[in-house]
Amino acid sequence: MKTASKPVVLPPAAVGAPEVPRSAGRRAGGPWRRRLADQSRAYAFLVGGLLCFALFSWYPAIRAVVIAFQKYTPGSPPQWVGTANFTRVFHDPEFTAAWRNTFTFTLLALLIGFAVPFVMALVLNELRHAKAFFRVVVYLPVMIPPVVSALLWKWFYDPGAGLANEALRFLHLPTSNWSNGADTALVSLVIVATWANMGGTVLIYLAALQGIPGELYEAAELDGANILQRIRHVTIPQTRFIVLMLMLLQIIATMQVFTEPFVITGGGPENATVTVLYLIYKYAFLYNDFGGACALSVMLLVLLGLFSAVYLRLTRSSGEEYS
Amino acid sequence: MSSGTRTLVSPLTLARPRGKALYWTVFTAVVLLFALAFLFPVYWMVTGAMKSPDEVTRTPPTLVPQAWHLSGYTDAWDLMDLPTHLWNTVVQAAGAWLLQLVFCTAAAYALSKLKPAFGKVILGGILATLMVPAQALVVPKYLTVADLPLIHTSLLNDPLGIWLPAVANAFNLYLLKRFFDQIPRDVLEAAEIDGAGRLRTLWSIVLPMSRPVLGVVSIFALVAVWQDFLWPLMVFSDTDKQPISVALVQLSQNIQLTVLIAAMVIASIPMVLMFLVFQRHIIAGISAGSTKG
Repeated sequence: MKTASKPVVLPPAAVGAPEVPRSAGRRAGGPWRRRLADQSRAYAFLVGGLLCFALFSWYPAIRAVVIAFQKYTPGSPPQWVGTANFTRVFHDPEFTAAWRNTFTFTLLALLIGFAVPFVMALVLNELRHAKAFFRVVVYLPVMIPPVVSALLWKWFYDPGAGLANEALRFLHLPTSNWSNGADTALVSLVIVATWANMGGTVLIYLAALQGIPGELYEAAELDGANILQRIRHVTIPQTRFIVLMLMLLQIIATMQVFTEPFVITGGGPENATVTVLYLIYKYAFLYNDFGGACALSVMLLVLLGLFSAVYLRLTRSSGEEYS
Repeated sequence: MSSGTRTLVSPLTLARPRGKALYWTVFTAVVLLFALAFLFPVYWMVTGAMKSPDEVTRTPPTLVPQAWHLSGYTDAWDLMDLPTHLWNTVVQAAGAWLLQLVFCTAAAYALSKLKPAFGKVILGGILATLMVPAQALVVPKYLTVADLPLIHTSLLNDPLGIWLPAVANAFNLYLLKRFFDQIPRDVLEAAEIDGAGRLRTLWSIVLPMSRPVLGVVSIFALVAVWQDFLWPLMVFSDTDKQPISVALVQLSQNIQLTVLIAAMVIASIPMVLMFLVFQRHIIAGISAGSTKG
């Protein structure tokens, strides 16, 4: 019963409340003016951040929707065109390619970028030595600027001097076109993205694995469960929530992929790596068609907004908010 | 080594001769795999820049440069005008970091402790931006930055075009707000009784107590700007103003491979160094931040 020993000494504020000359001058003038002064002070602290949010988050979000229904070229007054932007964008042959590529990319990134880090974390968690070393090394690619990792892999994939084909030759395997082949380009980009971003996922899994109570494994072992059964019945159920969370985050992140296709393949070959965000970029900066770009943005916004809503709902309902 | 925490494989199994042999086999395999997958590319990059232009494109490639040239690095420094681009990146990152600290801390403090009217609504509006995928908004954000409403100025080719949008970071603001929420009200009231104003309380009571969270926010802010590509690509069409990430891609077409690789290494050094210095905090932050979810 710790509460019993709580000191009964009153805090000074309670003792001398009326006499304390705290800001007596400033606060004169009745409760209403006092509240106004408090409010203006609170808003003085808020205003900088609030303005930035208003200008660069809220306003652009509203504007995306508005411009999606306008013919918009900077410098001339916008015209309302109804859903013309959407239909035009929709009939662009690149539109289907971009969405298909984005979905395929996301799916592949889930398959590769999910299984690999999970297995890695599982193995790392069993190792008793050099843990700090592994943690640093696996996170190293995350700290290399994405542009650099993209250029680095572009060099690896080079049909002439590339290391990727050299490795295949060394293993006596047939060489590949990697990012230069229409059918292999997308997978090549997924490999880059996985290599570059895996570190964070591995670390999060490691932390989750360390949170699994050892008794569960002990009990399973006593019941005669082998390693695979222990993974299936203890590890996976215990980490299910984290896996689900990371999966949602990864879907949201990978559907906005831009740097890799822009730097490595330029969307090619034969539109094999044009992504939705890349297409948005093209509409705005190549075609100078901001209406089309915003129509595409709104589509992406709605889709990913749904995923985000599910993610936030799940983190909230788990009782623990993001912290 | 293991501090009594039991994992998938029991300590007993590992203690047996077969278990030991298997453990060390797996251990060696993992070390080799990690070295090959994560360290080797870095080694390949650093040494590739020191090969001669002829050697770097040779097949089969040489594992160690036949002759070590530093000219790749010096050429990159001069030809690609790296000092300018590195300086641009530093200015952009430092400004974004500073403004984020000032404005986000002030706003988080107000929302957490000063009870502004409509505080809940404002916080909700800020949190709602977490639901909006940032990249999907780059085009309307670009149009806003190109022609700011009411004052009609353009922030294109101006570091402010990076700095101000960086302040609208709901995640960092929320992180700060949550931390401030934990600071007991009594502490702040005591300061107020001693005659400290709101700003003074923030500066000499709240901020010193918040050092850990300020560190995390600082690292997030710096890394985000240094690693970003699409937004600076849009904002800086002026070559002299471009940060290193954008400049690298723009210049990668017409430059010798060894020089490009050297420039890539130079572009990576600041972030990798920062990681090596703060790795403990960064790794702890990632691990702790997510398990609670």
